[in-house]
Order: sequence, then structure tokens, then C-alpha cells
Amino acid sequence: MGSDEQAIARVRSDPRYAALVRRRSRLGWALAALMVAAFLGYILLIAFDKALLAAPIGAGVTSVGIPVGFGLILLAVALTGLYVARANGRYDAELAAILADARA
Amino acid sequence: MRRLVVALALIAPVPLLAHAIGPATRQPVNWTAIGLFALFVALTLWITKVAASRTRTAADFYTAGGGITGFQNGLAMAGDYMSAASFLGISAQIFSDGYDGLIYSTGFLVGWPLMLFLMAERLRNLGRFTFADVASYRFAQPPVRSFAAVSTLLVVSFYLIAQMVGAGQLIKLLFGLPYAYAVVIVGALMMLYVLFGGMRATTWVQIIKAVMLLAGATFMAVMVLAKFGFSLEALFARAVAVKTDLALATGSTPGEAATKGRSIMGPGNFIKDPVSAISFGLALMLGTAGLPHILMRFFTVPDARQARKSVLWATTWIGYFYVLTFVIGFGAIVLVATDPSYLEDGALRGGGNMAAIHLAHAIGGNAFLGFISAVAFATILAVVAGLTLSAASAVSHDLYATLIRKGQATSAEELRVSRLTTLALGALAVLLGILFETQNVAFMVSLAFALAASGNFPVLVLSLLWGGCTTRGAAWGGSIGLLTAFGLTILSPAIWVTILGHAAAPFPYTSPAIVSVPAGFLAIWLISLLDTSPRAAIDKAGYPDQRVRSETGIGAFSASDH
Repeated sequence: MGSDEQAIARVRSDPRYAALVRRRSRLGWALAALMVAAFLGYILLIAFDKALLAAPIGAGVTSVGIPVGFGLILLAVALTGLYVARANGRYDAELAAILADARA
Repeated sequence: MRRLVVALALIAPVPLLAHAIGPATRQPVNWTAIGLFALFVALTLWITKVAASRTRTAADFYTAGGGITGFQNGLAMAGDYMSAASFLGISAQIFSDGYDGLIYSTGFLVGWPLMLFLMAERLRNLGRFTFADVASYRFAQPPVRSFAAVSTLLVVSFYLIAQMVGAGQLIKLLFGLPYAYAVVIVGALMMLYVLFGGMRATTWVQIIKAVMLLAGATFMAVMVLAKFGFSLEALFARAVAVKTDLALATGSTPGEAATKGRSIMGPGNFIKDPVSAISFGLALMLGTAGLPHILMRFFTVPDARQARKSVLWATTWIGYFYVLTFVIGFGAIVLVATDPSYLEDGALRGGGNMAAIHLAHAIGGNAFLGFISAVAFATILAVVAGLTLSAASAVSHDLYATLIRKGQATSAEELRVSRLTTLALGALAVLLGILFETQNVAFMVSLAFALAASGNFPVLVLSLLWGGCTTRGAAWGGSIGLLTAFGLTILSPAIWVTILGHAAAPFPYTSPAIVSVPAGFLAIWLISLLDTSPRAAIDKAGYPDQRVRSETGIGAFSASDH
């Protein structure tokens, strides 16, 4: 058994690993679902209610669709940032601890 | 129909719009642009020389030795993705229809977060050189690697032809040089970068191009906004007034003209039927996460941490770029559509794609026009080099080193095969680029995206996340996804009606993705489920181990030969 196989066996039996992977994938799937829902919602809104997006905000010409479209771009960047902050911060620190123990 | 072609053209990182909106008229020879472009080429060739001296192993060649940082890789990914079509095509779309351009932009962007949430770290942890490393990790190598290599070559070929034709059209438009010159120049330069500099040179070409494009677009957007006291509302109001006046001038009644003017602030004709729209959105979203040359970029960073950062940077830059494009498009309505020197018979001089180019002249004179033209052309070079590298890797690493030589090939032998492949691909790309000059290549690009979304994406997701996936399921199911996308594209209006001349298309939607993506997933699932071969038992038994490796990075290739 190589050192990698041993480490893998130890990691697999570590309850902290199972918990970490569960939380990380739950976050990933939740954010993915949010992104897909937002995009498909936007497309369906365009398909079924163009007038809503074309309606001006207040007295100006800027339409509701402008903040909605820009908002979707911002949302994509924000969700990405959220995941990276969480995964590269807390999750990576937890993972490093698990790996250190598995290799000890 | 024209709108369909425009829609298809826009998903390509190439200036296909030149093709879709009338022929690209040859412009007077633009010496400033050629000079600036020559400067870009000189700089990147110098980098290639430096990179060449450091390219010794296959790992250097494919993945720049894994030494690219997340920030650099994010820029390079953005450079690979922010295309001449995004820049010229979307700003032209906004110039003519206003708001609709923003819909494309969002579609282009949302694939990136998905790639991060579901794939990025696992790809990096399991992969070494190509995405086939990941897809075939716990499977029998020959079937899955052959599938991945074939699918890579298919996706890349369709893309590459479109790029070459786009390059020819663009250079005719911007530099005033003949079409064939452009194709040969692009082919030759692309071969130089890839042959001698490998991934290190290709990455730097993409980074430099991304920085130039972002800087140029920022300058344009700031100059436009400065004319309106940095008020978007003032810019939009002026654009609506301009569109209203134009409608009045072409004989509309005041009521109609006001409606036409207002129409640029809301969604127009882009989305007529929801099924096509969703299908098209699926292809954009999932295709991005299945493009071999984008996936390959995950292996150039040292670890999962940097892989995640790359996607964050790529998403940020691309999102920022699309916001700029929106301002640029509206700026062109105000500054270009009202200036007779940019018009010819009531249309844009040089074709619809020229909106951003004319705007560059309007705000920065000839020098800035030259700069933007050079950037637009550099864009194609960067994308073409990335594509060629991923195809060369599929041949040398997946087919030659792993399948034919069963992992016994030396680094030097593998390198020789990738260079030979690059030469062959370069020659083929030039030849096909010239042959396809007058063909409408938009469907090839839509096909490339649909193939990536229906074959590569399901195989990657299921092999990474589902323990029940087997060799047979991945290889056959992935192939079924590919074939469904291929078949439905042929039966769709773009080919069946427009090219083959039949009256009605059996498959009525713009993009096959809404059927072919589920077909790919379903086929892999069903075939794996029914697979009772001895190999299936091995595949399933290998999953827990693969899962730990993919989640933790234990035993991950450091992407360099030791």
C-alpha cells in the first residue's frame, strides 16, 4: 500500500471529511441551482413578459430590464466570489487539518 | 432567418457577424492597424522565444509546467473567451437592437459559475494534461479516451474553421488585406506560438490580448460616458432620441417613431419562442463547461485553490467586459449613427460589425482605430492558438501516448507527436479556411457548442459525481449525446432549410441542446445501469477512491514532470 492509498483510507474513515464534502457540495449545488434558476427565469421573463422589462423606471428612459440584466451579471460574479471565499478559506483550512492527520 | 444566423454567429468567439450581416467590404489598407498588430506579434513572438527555451517536457508544452497563478490563468481564460464576436458582434447587436445584446452577454457568462461550483476543483485534482485524464480516470482507458479525443477533435475542428473564416473576413474589414493573406498569416503565427512556445507562449498571448482588450474597451466606455456627465440615463435618453429621429427620417409616423426609439430599452425580437430560447441558453451555459480548450486551462495552475481563483477572475473580467460592451453599443448609437462619415447608403460603412470600430475612430481618431483593429485581430490569434494546443494534446497525449504507446512514450516522443499534429492542423486549418471562405460557418460554431454541451459535459459530470457510471456508459452514452446533437443540427432550420433547401425542418428549434443534453445524460445513466460486465464492477469499485482524490487533491498531479 503506497502512502497515498493509506492517506485515502484514513481520510475516508474521517467523519470530518464526510461532513466537509457534504457541506462543500451542498453549497456548490445550491449556488448552481440559484444561478440556473436566475438565468432561466430571466429568459422566461423575456419570452413571456417583454413589456415588464421594457417599462421605464420612474420618469426616465432607463428600463427595468437594465438593472435586471446588469444584476444577473453581478449575481454571477457575486456567487462565484462567495464560493471561492468559502472554499479557499474555511473549507481549505479544514481540509488541510484532515490531510495533516491522515498523513501523520 | 437572418436573426437566427445572427444569433448563432454570436455564440462564436469569432467575428461571424461580418458574415451574417452582408458581405464584408474590403477597406482601404489601414497602416496604423497593421503597424500596431505587427508590434503585438513581435512582442508575443519574443515571449514565444523565451517560452521555447523553457519548454523541455510534455508538461511544459501542455500546461506551462503548472506554474501559472490563478490571477494569470483567469486573465488567460478571459482572453480565450472574450472574443472578437463578443466585442464586435455584441456591440453591433446593441447598436442595431439595443437591449437584446445584454441577453447574449448574460448567456455567455452564466456557464462560468456552474463550471466552478460543479467541476473546477475536481478537474484540477484529477487531471493532468487534458480533460480526458479526468473523464477516463477510473475507467478502461481505450474507449473513454478515444471518445474524448474524437470529441475534442470534432469540437475544435468546427471551431477552428469558423475562426479561420472569421479571421479572413475581419482582416479584410480592418486591415484592407485580401482574404487569403489573412488566413495564411493567422495559420502561420498560430503554428509558431504553439510549435515553439507551447502552453506558456499561448497563455501569455491570451493574457496580453485580454489586457489590451479590457484596456481598449474601458477607454471607449469611459470616453462615451464622459460625454454624458457619467450618467447612463443621459446616454440612454440620447440614444432613444437618436433612434426616434432615424425612424422619423425613414418615413415613420411620429407615434411609430417614438415606439421604435423606445424599443431599444427593452427585449426585442431575439426571443420569440421560449423553447428555442431555453435550448440556446442551455447550449451556451453547458457548452462553455465542455469546451476542451477552456477545460485544458485548469491544468496550468498548481492546485484546486488556484483553479477556483482562476474562475473567479475569469468571471469578473468577462462580466466587466460585457458591461463595457453595453455602454459601447449605446455610445455607437449616439456617436456613429449620427455621423454621415461612418455611413454609406444609410447603413454602416464596412458592414454591421463595424459599429465599435467606427466608435473607436469617433473618440480616439486614427491611432485608436488602429489600436482597436489590432486588438480585434490579436483576439483571433489567441483563440486559435488555444484551440490548436488542445487538439494537439488530444492526439499526442490521449491517442498516441496513452492508447498507442500505453503510457510508455517518453516526454520527447510525445512532444514530437504534438508538434507534428500542430503542423498538420495548421496546414489543414489554412486549407479549410480558404475553402470555406464563402460558406456560412455559423452552424459549425453552434454545433461545436452543442457537441460540447451534449457529449463532454454529461460525461464529465457523471464520471465525477456518480459512482454508478461505467466505462461503457461514459463512452457510448457520451457518443450518443454527440450524435444526437449532430443529427438534430442537420435536421434544424439552419442546415435543413437554409443549406439543403428543404421547405420545413423536422427539428424546428435553433439549438439541439434541449433534446441532446438530456439525451446524453440519459444514455450514460441507462447504459451504465444496464452494464453488468466485469469491467463495470471495477469502474464502480474505483469510485470512492476517485471521489476522495477529487475532493482532497491527494495524489494530484502537480502538472510537472519531476
